[in-house]
Amino acid sequence: MMMMWSVVTGLKRRSHMYGGPTHQSPFLDRICFLRSIQEGEKGNTAIFGVASPPLAAGQPTLTSSLFPRIMTKEETSAERDDMQIDRRELEHPQVSTIPRGFNADYLKLYYGKLFPHADIYRWLSYGNDGKHPACDHSYFGRREFSFTLENDIYVRFQSFNNAVDMENSIREKCPYKIDIGPVYSVDPAKRHAYSQSGNNVFAPVERELIFDIDMSDYDDVRYCCSGADVCLNCWPLMTIAIKVLDTALRDDFGFNHILWVYSGRRGVHCWVCDGRARRLSNEQRAAIADYFRVYKGGENYVKKVNLAGAVLHPFLARSYTDVLKGFFEGRLLASQNLFASTERFQKILEIIPDESIASELLDKWQGNRRSSISKEDVNVVRWEQLKHVLQSGKQKAQGLRRCVEEIIFTYTYPRLDMEVSKHMNHLLKAPFCVHPKTGRVCVPIDPNNCDSFDPTTVPTLSQLLEELNMSGMRSESEDEWERTSLGESIKFFRSSFLSPLLKSCKEEMESLYNSKVKQSKNALNW
Amino acid sequence: MEIVRSQRKPADAAVAPALSLYRSAPALEVRLEDFELYAIDRLRVLQGISDGLSRGKKPEEMEKLVSELWRAQMRHQDPSEEMNKDIISHFVLRLVYCRTEDLRKWFLSMETSLFRYRFRLESPESQRLLMSEFQLPYKAISHAEFETVKDKLNQVARSTGPSSNAETLFFKVPFEEVPELVAGRRVFMLKGFAYVAMNQVVSLVATQFRSNLSKALVLTNRKWTSTIRDKEKNRLTPIVEALSTGYLGPDYSQPKEFSEIALKDIDQLASTSFPLCMRHLFDKLRETHHLKHGGRMQLGLFLKGVGLKLEDALAFWKSEFSQKVGAERFDKEYSYSIRHNYGKEGKRTDYTPYACHKIISSTPSVGDHHGCPYRHFSEENLKAALGKMGVGGRSLDDILDKVRSRHYQVACTLTFEAVHAASCDSGINHPNQFHSLVEFDEVKRSCRKRLDGHNRRRRKPRSAAAASTASACLLPLPPASGFSMYLLTSLSPPAQPNLAGIARAEKDAREQRSFSHGYEEGEAAFCRTATEQCGVVDRPGF
Repeated sequence: MMMMWSVVTGLKRRSHMYGGPTHQSPFLDRICFLRSIQEGEKGNTAIFGVASPPLAAGQPTLTSSLFPRIMTKEETSAERDDMQIDRRELEHPQVSTIPRGFNADYLKLYYGKLFPHADIYRWLSYGNDGKHPACDHSYFGRREFSFTLENDIYVRFQSFNNAVDMENSIREKCPYKIDIGPVYSVDPAKRHAYSQSGNNVFAPVERELIFDIDMSDYDDVRYCCSGADVCLNCWPLMTIAIKVLDTALRDDFGFNHILWVYSGRRGVHCWVCDGRARRLSNEQRAAIADYFRVYKGGENYVKKVNLAGAVLHPFLARSYTDVLKGFFEGRLLASQNLFASTERFQKILEIIPDESIASELLDKWQGNRRSSISKEDVNVVRWEQLKHVLQSGKQKAQGLRRCVEEIIFTYTYPRLDMEVSKHMNHLLKAPFCVHPKTGRVCVPIDPNNCDSFDPTTVPTLSQLLEELNMSGMRSESEDEWERTSLGESIKFFRSSFLSPLLKSCKEEMESLYNSKVKQSKNALNW
Repeated sequence: MEIVRSQRKPADAAVAPALSLYRSAPALEVRLEDFELYAIDRLRVLQGISDGLSRGKKPEEMEKLVSELWRAQMRHQDPSEEMNKDIISHFVLRLVYCRTEDLRKWFLSMETSLFRYRFRLESPESQRLLMSEFQLPYKAISHAEFETVKDKLNQVARSTGPSSNAETLFFKVPFEEVPELVAGRRVFMLKGFAYVAMNQVVSLVATQFRSNLSKALVLTNRKWTSTIRDKEKNRLTPIVEALSTGYLGPDYSQPKEFSEIALKDIDQLASTSFPLCMRHLFDKLRETHHLKHGGRMQLGLFLKGVGLKLEDALAFWKSEFSQKVGAERFDKEYSYSIRHNYGKEGKRTDYTPYACHKIISSTPSVGDHHGCPYRHFSEENLKAALGKMGVGGRSLDDILDKVRSRHYQVACTLTFEAVHAASCDSGINHPNQFHSLVEFDEVKRSCRKRLDGHNRRRRKPRSAAAASTASACLLPLPPASGFSMYLLTSLSPPAQPNLAGIARAEKDAREQRSFSHGYEEGEAAFCRTATEQCGVVDRPGF
């Protein structure tokens, strides 16, 4: 109880300091409210109800006595989308001292105690924050940050001169979402001053190569959930995407510093941070995105994957044998029940160009519902039958043999949001943000271990604060995140991504500087 | 001045002359007349390339097209003069097209295409010579290295096409140098390097050409704004400024006053005068009360272009979206981007409706309905969609035939003709053109007869600059109106004859496909006179 109080009082002081939301007698209200949560008193919640922002009509108010919720505006609007997640949480009731979900005041606490400001700063400085004479000290200050504040107020073109500026601004404004944009030719906050000169000096000059993969783009090939929801049955689609892209980015494109991040709800983000990647032009970015593009969507196209040519390109062939085939046959076939109903296998049969084969299989499967299939999984049996028909010696036509691969590509191959990758000035949510609708932290994913990543166990804001409370105030000096389940993620970020990146940045800077020195020396001698 | 002359094939006299890399401007005396005429000829070539590309022509077809265009426009009896013409016209157009970002972009991509196809027409020896001219730091890979990646290289070759006989000469280059080969997965990639076969070096050279030209254009622009523009105020500047105006195609960003549409008419309009791409989006929006971003942009800007005002647009989108996401969420999440399209938010750019080539080259993904139906629909879906428009029988077969040969805009034109029983020789290049054609046809037919004579009598001489774009206008009319297909609205001769304008008119008359250039001005002039005569609007300045 005491610990709880200390956290809360600290919080309130801070919010006063930075001009956070004030209530009639906020300090008292808050304490009363939190006490009421702990004691499970229903009656006292009303105290908070008075002070809380007005709720939209028709929205549920404080939901259950077990889990009293603080309804912020953000959350009320999110309610519709996230019933799924809420329900899941309700199924595993834990005795909680911190209300579930997302809340501006907890966010403040998160930015104050847990968010790794310094690491983000060091990352985005790319070695330019050091003492080396080759450092470009304006580098970090030319980076665009965008904040999404409460009530969807969107503030673009923020920039910070140093780590302290950044941290202070984040703590003060307490953004629901932080987006990272490109590095511009000039400080984006002062862009208007330069726009007078007319010669278009304000333009992006550097930007990580980014990829955004969103589960909702797979809605036609997953049957467990749709839209913003994910579960362990469809998450392997993201695992596939990570594996396929990560290997190709490293082996084909030669990139080394790649950060994968859980987007907080239904997808993953990828940041390729090598100097070479940051300096790519839009055209080159588009080329890479196209290299990865197999899936050609559009709602009016029946056949979304078309693999032409006598053989597959080495990249596609490798992705197919190493990743796609195994996941399709070993996981998705059964977990998504791809052949379990007429509607579903009909969709697969539509991909087969030879109508007689398709209708033959259709008749066969519609005819004998369960008779011949005893113990074996119906999906596996039917898939084997399909493969047998298409790949048997009788089928000379190359298009038919390719069809098996096309089906697998259709159901597994990564679907990128192309526009995000193509342009330098696209914004992307920063790692370690908290997703405002799920409360989950956007933690890094280890591509070598992505099989074991489970989006449903990613720490949530409230869980982290709870852990802080539980662990108490053992020592003030140590980083507080070490006492929470965020610790592993931050350690991973540092050891696997940040330190190798900064090491190579330093080397690059060193060699660039040396060659420059050499050049000027030569010039002098000459 | 640096001119690279490649070896000519002795046997073939029709071979294109050597390619220039246009490294520096020639120190030549050029007659002012040639200055402009050469530039116009080159523009015709570039415009032809632009049309070919937007029609989705294949590389082989493009190669043929470019060599034909070049022969028709740039040939000269004297080979050395031909070389000069090439170089002079290039540098004149550099001056013309350096002045804004859009102009630079267009010129850059057309010149690069031109260079690419001319390069492909060169013999292997001269190709190699040109490569060395670029001073590319890449050497062919050694035999030992070739052996280690041979299998993969073969695999790539077999994956891209059936023909390519085993190439053994490969260059190992950073993948950044050959974006188009990477994009098409036409090279083997290893640790950041692309293995480029000798028969693919055109991409490498074209990239180099493009980046050199891009830098040069920026420099030219600086010079132009700082010195040339003022120094040449009376001599070159008018020519340069006139040259760039004619070939940008019509500007659909400002809805015409006459074509303002009301919210209540929109359903009617959708069924009569929307092209299939927009009609499909419109129907989907009515059906599902939602469109994804690409669809909202494509349809939203189109509607803006046909004259839907911002307030009406907001009301229109809200009435649909609120049924799905609720009015509150619409106001919060979607109204911004609509206001943005109308230049009321963000950087306040008044966005222009998408042209066909942009729609054709878009890449719709899951849940998307935008794009060009002729390109992005499967045949069954296209058939059904066309059937809904009332297209069937032979015209349907014709359309599908064009789609199979990837002439999407021609297919759209045929659809227009089938639905409206009118011919459209100019071809559809812009969805808004489809719309205005119909509207023009339906609404203005009645007073066209009267206005024709009126136009001839009343048109006042205009300033030279204005005359250059309006000196001759072509109004395509459906045969139903009883007029000749092309009605030449001749105006009083401009005070100073301007070659650009006249040349353009000639071209239009010859090729009969000038819709995108002549039509709009004609239409605008037509309508201005219409309102003038009827006394509806009394605006000073006419």
